[in-house]
Parts: sequence; C-alpha cells; structure tokens
Amino acid sequence: MLHIECPWCGFRDDAEFHYGGEAHITRPDPSITLTDEKFSEYLFLKTNTKGLLLERWCHRSGCRRWFNVLRNTITNEILEVYPVTETPSSKQGKETYEKNWRRESYSKKTPKTDEAK
Amino acid sequence: MSSQRFRLKEAGRLDRNAPLKFKFDGKIYEGFRGDTLASALLANGVHLVGRSFKYHRPRGHLGIGAVEANALIQVGDGNSTEPNVRASQVEIYDGLVASSQNRWPSLLFDLGAVNDLLGGLIPAGFYYKTFMWPRKWWMKYEYFIRRAAGLGKAPTGRDPDRYEKMHAHCDILIVGAGPAGLAAALAASKTGARVIIADDQQTFGGSLNMDTDCYINDKTTVDWGKDVVTTLEGLPDVTMLPNTTVSGYYEQNYLTLLETTKPHSFKSTIQQTRHRLWKVRAKQVILATGMIERPLVFANNDRPGIMLSSAIREYINKYGVTPGQNPLIFTNNDDAYRTAITMRQHNINVVAIVDIRENPNSELFRQAREMKIPVHVGSAVVTTKGYSRIKSATIMKLSSDGKTLTGGRRILGCDCLAMSGGWNPAIHLFSQSGGKVKWNHELATFIPGGATQNVLAIGGCNGAADLAKSLKEGLKAGISAARLSGNKGHPPATPSVQEPVQSATRFVLPIPTQKNKFVSEKVFIDFQNDVTLSDIQLASREGYNSVEHLKRYTTVGMGTDQGKTSNVNALMLLSQILDCEPEQVGYTTFRPPYAPTTIGAYAGRNIGNLFSPVRTTAINRWHEEAGARFEHVGQWMRAWYYPKANETMRQAVDREVTAARTNIGILDASTLGKIDIQGPDAAEFLNRVYTNAWLKLLPGTSRYGLMLKEDGMVMDDGVTTCIKENHYHMTTTTGGAASVLEWLEEWLQTEWPNLKVYLTSVTEQWAVAAICGPKSRELLQELCTDIDLSDKAFPFMGYREGTVAGIKARIFRISFTGELSFEINVPRSYGLSLWQKLLDVGKKYEICPYGTEAMHVLRAEKGFIIVGQETDGTVTPVDLGMDWIISKTKPDFIGKRALSRKDIIKADRKQLVGLLTDNATDILPEGSQIVEEVLPKPPMSMIGHVTSSYFSPNCGRPIAMALIKSGRDRMGQTVYIPLKNKPIAATITSVNFLDSVSK
Repeated sequence: MLHIECPWCGFRDDAEFHYGGEAHITRPDPSITLTDEKFSEYLFLKTNTKGLLLERWCHRSGCRRWFNVLRNTITNEILEVYPVTETPSSKQGKETYEKNWRRESYSKKTPKTDEAK
Repeated sequence: MSSQRFRLKEAGRLDRNAPLKFKFDGKIYEGFRGDTLASALLANGVHLVGRSFKYHRPRGHLGIGAVEANALIQVGDGNSTEPNVRASQVEIYDGLVASSQNRWPSLLFDLGAVNDLLGGLIPAGFYYKTFMWPRKWWMKYEYFIRRAAGLGKAPTGRDPDRYEKMHAHCDILIVGAGPAGLAAALAASKTGARVIIADDQQTFGGSLNMDTDCYINDKTTVDWGKDVVTTLEGLPDVTMLPNTTVSGYYEQNYLTLLETTKPHSFKSTIQQTRHRLWKVRAKQVILATGMIERPLVFANNDRPGIMLSSAIREYINKYGVTPGQNPLIFTNNDDAYRTAITMRQHNINVVAIVDIRENPNSELFRQAREMKIPVHVGSAVVTTKGYSRIKSATIMKLSSDGKTLTGGRRILGCDCLAMSGGWNPAIHLFSQSGGKVKWNHELATFIPGGATQNVLAIGGCNGAADLAKSLKEGLKAGISAARLSGNKGHPPATPSVQEPVQSATRFVLPIPTQKNKFVSEKVFIDFQNDVTLSDIQLASREGYNSVEHLKRYTTVGMGTDQGKTSNVNALMLLSQILDCEPEQVGYTTFRPPYAPTTIGAYAGRNIGNLFSPVRTTAINRWHEEAGARFEHVGQWMRAWYYPKANETMRQAVDREVTAARTNIGILDASTLGKIDIQGPDAAEFLNRVYTNAWLKLLPGTSRYGLMLKEDGMVMDDGVTTCIKENHYHMTTTTGGAASVLEWLEEWLQTEWPNLKVYLTSVTEQWAVAAICGPKSRELLQELCTDIDLSDKAFPFMGYREGTVAGIKARIFRISFTGELSFEINVPRSYGLSLWQKLLDVGKKYEICPYGTEAMHVLRAEKGFIIVGQETDGTVTPVDLGMDWIISKTKPDFIGKRALSRKDIIKADRKQLVGLLTDNATDILPEGSQIVEEVLPKPPMSMIGHVTSSYFSPNCGRPIAMALIKSGRDRMGQTVYIPLKNKPIAATITSVNFLDSVSK
C-alpha cells in the first residue's frame, strides 16, 4: 500500500486515492486537424515507464483534488508531489519531464509534419 | 493415555503443574501448558505426523516454528477447522483436536505411498508432460491429481470464529525478538521512540532460549532475555506482540502482521477472536529474523526422526523434550556439537557425531571428545533406515574432494538424527521489501545487500553467526533507527558475552550416494514439495537452467514453505550443475505471506452485513413495509417490484407497468446521481462535457445529455437543468454518480483549470418521487397550488420551484417512460412525508408504486437506453442511433475527435435495434448471442447480442433490444438466437415498440 502525501491533507494510504495515469499528456488543440494516427497517439499510447514516472493522482476520498507525483515504478518510491498545473521542481523531476516525448501538445510539437501531409 | 516418555526432568520453560489433554488422530495425549503441538507430540515419542506431498512418504517434525516444512496439521474440527498449520506453531490447550493430513485410509498405512515405489515414473514436470493430452481431459485429470496431492481440508460451512484487523503506526517496527531484536528494542525504547516488536513464538528470546552455553553480563541468556522483556513491558511506547508472524512487507514500510490470539477451546460456543491482522506503517523497520538451519543433502534424509540440529536443541532447552534417546549427529560445522553436548548433559546417549570435516579443531570438538562422544571425522551419513521412525544410519568415509565414498560401511543404530548443513539468514522480508541480496562466500549463502526502503537487517538475518555480534548490531540499529525517526538518545553499553568460538564449515553438497544399489534412493531437497536431487538434475538436463524456471518446473521453494529450508541448497546444486558461482544463478523472489495466513484474517469483520456499505433512500422504510422485493444497484438498495398477496414477479411487474400508462405510477427515484454545478463558466463547461449544445439553455428548462469518454464511447447520460443563471442541476445514472463527479473534477482541475465552475454532490440531499401517467397532472394539482401546471405554462422539459404538500420542492417535467411525468425533489428529510401524501391523495386515481423492473420495461417500450445495459464502453452515440444528440457545430466536446476515427465510422459496427420474437411467447434471455444462420453445433458466426429483454404488457408481447452488426440495414430481417434447447427466430425492428407495435 503506497503512502502518498496529498498536498492538502498530508500522508494517507493509497486506498484513499484514485490513479490518473501518466501526467503531462497534452490534449490536442481541437481547432487543429489531426490525422487518425496522431490522435491515436494521444488517445492510446502510454510510455509504460520502468523507472521514474510523472503521474496524476486524485485524493478521491479526501479533498477531491488532483495533483502530480514523481514515482519510481520499480521501487514505488515517491520523490516529489506538485500541483497538477505545474511542472516538477526537483532535479530528477525536471530530468524526467525533459525526457518525456509528449510533454508538449502533439499539434504544437509537430505542426510542420502535419502541414506537409 | 501415553505417558510423556521423552520429557526431560528439568529443562524447559513449561508450567509442569498444568497438565493438558489433547487428541491427535483420535488418540489422547498429555502435555503441559506452554507446549506446542509438536513439542507435546515429541514428548510422547510421536514422530510420524504426516505424509509427503507427492510420494506420500512418512514424515515427521523437521524444524521448529515457521521453518517446519513437514509437520502440517489439521487443527480443530467442524467449521472451525484450520488446515496446513505447522504443529510447532500451535499452542496446545485442554481439549485440542488435531489430525494428520494427506493420507488415506490411515497415517501408518497410506495407499498413496505406492507413489513412492513408482517414483521413477513421476519425475519433475510429470504432470506437465503426461496430462497435456487430450486437452479436454484436463478437467478430469485435475480432479484426481488435486485429491492425491492434497494438503489439508478447508471447512465447508461458515467459520464461527471471529477475526479482527488493527491499524497501527510506529517509529520502529522490530521483526524478531531474539538477541538482536531485543537489543534493538532496548536501545530504541530508551529514546522514547514508539516501538512495535513482534515474534512468531509465544515466548520472546529466540536463540536466547536454546543457547544455554552462553552468558551475557554473567547472566544466563534466558535470564538476560527475561530482564530485557521485563524492562520493555514497563514502557508505554513499546508494543510487544508474541505469537505474531510478520507476513508481508509492502511499499513505504507497510507491513502486515498476523497475531494468533491466546488459544481457546474450539468447542466453546462463545465467539472469540482467533487471529488479528495488524497493518502497520513504520518509519523504520529492523529485521532481526535470525537464521534458518540448512538440511544436509543425503539419501533418505526425510525419515521421521531426522531433524534440524538447532530445532532439537530448542526442543530440549525450551520445552524439556528430547526428540530421541539415542541420537546421531550429522554435521558440517561446529554448531551441531552444541546440540550433542546439550544432549549429553541431559544424560542422553549420543550415539556419535558424524562430521564431514576432516580436521575439526575447536573448543567444542575437544569438549565433545572429553564427554566421550564418539566423533567420526571426514565421514558422512550415506543412507538411513526405518519406516515410521529412523532406526539406523549407514556411514562411510568421504574422499578428500568430497565427491566419492571410500572405505567400509558402518551401520549405527539410532532413534533420531540431528543434521546441520550451515545457516541461511531469513531474508524473506528483506527480499519482499525490494532489497537486493548478495552472495556471501564464507557462509555460502545469500545475505541482505542494498535496501530500497527504510530498513535495517541485523544479527542472524544479516549473516552474524555469533551472539556478541548480534547484540552489538542490535543496539546500534536500535539507536540509529530511533534517530532516523526523529528521536534522540545514546546507545546502552555493549554487554560482555561468553560464547563458544566456532571454526569453519565444510560444504559438501550433495553427499555422494552408494554405488551398486538396485534401487536409486531419494535425496530430498525440498521436503514440503517432495523435490529430490534427481528432479533438479533432470530439470537442468531439460534446459530449465534459470532459477525461475527451475522453481516452476520442479516446484522447489513453492507452497506454504516458500523454500525456507530448501532454496539455498537448490541454488547451490544448480550452480554446481552449471559450473558457475551461486550468485550468477541468482535467487527467486520471495513472496508474501512469509507463513500461511488464514483468509479469515484478511476478511476480518467485513463479512455479512459489514461486507460493503448499503445505501438506502429516505423512503426505504415504506418500501419494506409495502413488501417490496429489493435489488442492489451499485451500493444502493432499490425497490425492485411490489408483489401483492400471491402475485408472481411477472404479474406484479405487468400490473405496475400497466398502471403507469393508464392511471398513475410512482417511483422512488432518489438514487439518481445529482450534482450541483455553479459558477460563471458552468454553461461553457456543460457544453464541453456533453455532446449537444448547452450555451442557450434558459433558466427553468432542462435538456437530456450524453457524456462520452475521450475515445468517443458513451460513458453516462442524464438530464441537466438550468436552475438560474450560472446554476445547474445535473443528474447522472445511479451507478455512475461518483465516477461522473470524479470525471468532471478531473477535466476541471487538470485540463480546464481556467474555468470557474464548482461541483458539489447533492445526491443524498434530495429525495425524489417521480409520478408518471395520464392522471399525474391532476394528482399534482391537488397538492401544489403555487405553480401553473398546464402544458403551456409548464411544458415538457420544464422546471419549476414551488410547494408540494406544504413542502418546498423542485419539480422537473421530464420523463423516462414517455408518459406525462413529474419528478418532485424535496429535501431528504421530507422524502417519506411527500411520498405518503402522494399515495394518500393518489388513492382515488388508483396510484400504483412501481419498482426498478417496471421502470426498465417502461423505458424499453419507448426504446430509451440504459447506460451500462445497452452500452458497455464500446458503444458510440451513432451505434445507438442517437446521431441527433451530437452537435455538428460545436468546436469541441469530450470525445468529438474520436467520433471521426476510421474505426468509429465503419458501416458494420454493431447498432442498436429492436427484436421481436416470431413466437410471441418467447422471452429472450438477456446476453444471448445472435446468429444469421443456425448450424447443428457451435461455432457459429455471431453478429450481435441481446442487451435488454422483457415482456411488455402495453405491447402485449415480449420485446427486446439488441446490438447487431449493421443492424439498421437489416430492418425486417429474421435472425436466430441459438439457445441450448432450440433456436429462437426473431425479426429486427425499430426500438420504439410502443409506437410501432401497439398503435
């Protein structure tokens, strides 16, 4: 049972929380036309990380707030907890964020390829 | 009654004034308070206590405590019975009933023992190889295999005992109350740290209780241990848990402990807690789990009477019981000499010490010689004889490389054999914690390496073989764990220790077997799973050279034993076969629980009514009194139907459904999810989460909406009403209420944090009575005078606030039946009052309460969907024929982009249609598969399935809804539902049955 520090309520057992999967997956801008392939990347593909992962949690049975967590998926160690609208501030958190290929909206990241098609 | 022939006069920590009687396999024996079942049986000379798993060989006690691999016992009888309990972990009490397992017809004469003679025919992987074919026979094979290779039997009825759970937090959890654990507790407790110390034995002290040849601060080890326990007992922040096995080690220092409470008579009718499951979150964990002695690997090393040397010493010193009067000692190290010396001191005739080492040269060796114990150096036991108990052992000289036998054979008579093959730290919990283990060459075993959690392994668990080192590590760990958890203090002085010095061990694995034997003799590695040396060799020959494969193929290290005595021997053998170092072979992951844990302990008190919370509405009492039948909807209990006198379900539902369309029906709709939505961006928010347009919804009006997931699949539906500007009342399905709220919060907080919208669940704040039917307006008129209820002033999908029966109410003119209908919401505490008033006044209109079943029929008659019945997470609004609800002009809503994906716009997707059976008496079972063409037998190509099916009294015939491939293109086509007895033919129609069928 994970021990998670909710930014509002403090340390609680993970039974009080709801897992929200990988964090920083930006929803494609609806005003931009996306190919099925690009949209499916957003919809279906997850990095399935072994190691450090930025992920979302919701304190469902507490304050109902969402927040982000930096967790090592091998050891389950939680290294950082930060607001859902922000990026991580720890060194490892920043590195993990930099490595994440989907931290920008796909449409913003690859407008040229889309236009070329 | 048998006398306790093997009880020693003085030794042990028993209450000899309290004799107890107990029954084993129908025979009555005597023991003392403080005995375990194992010690009491040994006191009576009972070694044969079970049959082995696969070969049904006679088996006796091997070890002590959780280490015991053989003596698995069925304890208690009736529904209180517990299988697979280690005899050495059952504290006896007057009237205890226990029996042996896995034998038929009796323990001494077991028919299954024929497997032992056929051993050559059932090697490792036998089941995999033999019972593979023909495949459909597997179910038959499995039944017999399970019966033959069984453990104990589970009770069939309800367990009358009670189980509890306890949640605890502490600074330091210490596992094991031996010398290291007690020293750690002593050091930590002086700092004021909150300490929990648990040990699976009933008496704290561990090896302190068996090593009578050691002294701490000039006191005997037993006295030193007792003093520490007394000190700890006086401290308020120390919780001491004897009889408690730490069984699981999970993330962030979360551990589960199984406490066995004081034994009681199983015959007692008073319910008493049998086990307590502790769930502990510790800031620091100290593992002082000690070491487990390793068996020696030689032919016929499994006979009753062959035991681990340390266990024998513990039985003597702790329980005053000797497992034999003529013991033989077989060892590769000095420690077993201590057992020999202890036995000799109790005037037991030690036959001889057989030492694998060629030149043992230690104080203990000399002491044994002085006591005139014969010692055979450079020798080994090569086989044993005896059926229900060992009778003799054959010894031979070992060659200098230990690979062959030399010289003549010598047969030594004995009634017990103490074997010692070295020591393995009990690293199970450390491994469970995620820690890495490393190979230690000196001890030839794995010891803890790098930790991944806040955990310290000390003493024997850390590979410390001597008492002085264990105490020192304990004190140091106690103080450092206390400091790390925020306490201050200094370690107590290190005590002075006197203990025998031990010399090196010689590892010979396996002991060579004699040649020229007609029958190959079995050499056991894993006693519990009956894995032999030849199984390991066979597995390797067949290519199972990874430890994980070896484990699964041979089952070594599996079962309730989890390789406590077998793992390291198996790994060393594999490394020899592969000619590499054991660390290259690696080790398998240890899994929780460390020792078997009763399922009852995990369930605790959460059984029966306490299994899951039940939610009831404010009107529930009325439903009960009206004789309603109930059904579970999520956590809610909802009135299902209200049978009158001798009515069947069908008759009651037909009556309710008819009433709702001819007079008035009334439904308790309080369970619908209700979310209060407020804020300046509320309309914009609704516009994004529903598929249709919401920006122009005026105050006092409602709209039906569908919510999709981002993949375009229908997630929930409901009506949302504009109460006033920036204030909305959303309804959701009963089951989806919590998940919809969470879903909306997710989007608000993570995707659109700039929207100013506030969500509050108000499901339980409102009680809802829905009245439905042509006369419902007349009824409402009588109770509500401050609202103009005329169709013009209060049209369909309208919303008004007013007073109903003197109660302030919110009225929604919405309908889930297609009839004129009003949903009246009042504060929950007025719910029952409103309901009763409506019924009283409604009497003259022949008002009829209807339940959820009638509600389902009524909506199906109109072809309205139920999310979760017509949908299953793979159905889009288009599949449902609800294209009209998808806005073509909105720039965005959740799921919009997905609706234009290639797979979503395919023409052959399953579409919602109606089904009318050709024979108007056939009601299709829901979930039935649908085919175009009936073949004599499956497989048949399936084109869809029935989602809803009822008898409709208003249509006068059965109706059904179904999802069928390209269903809307098949209108009028006949399809078949192949049931077990006969195929049923049905015609595809539109879903609005009421309008298409009855009119």
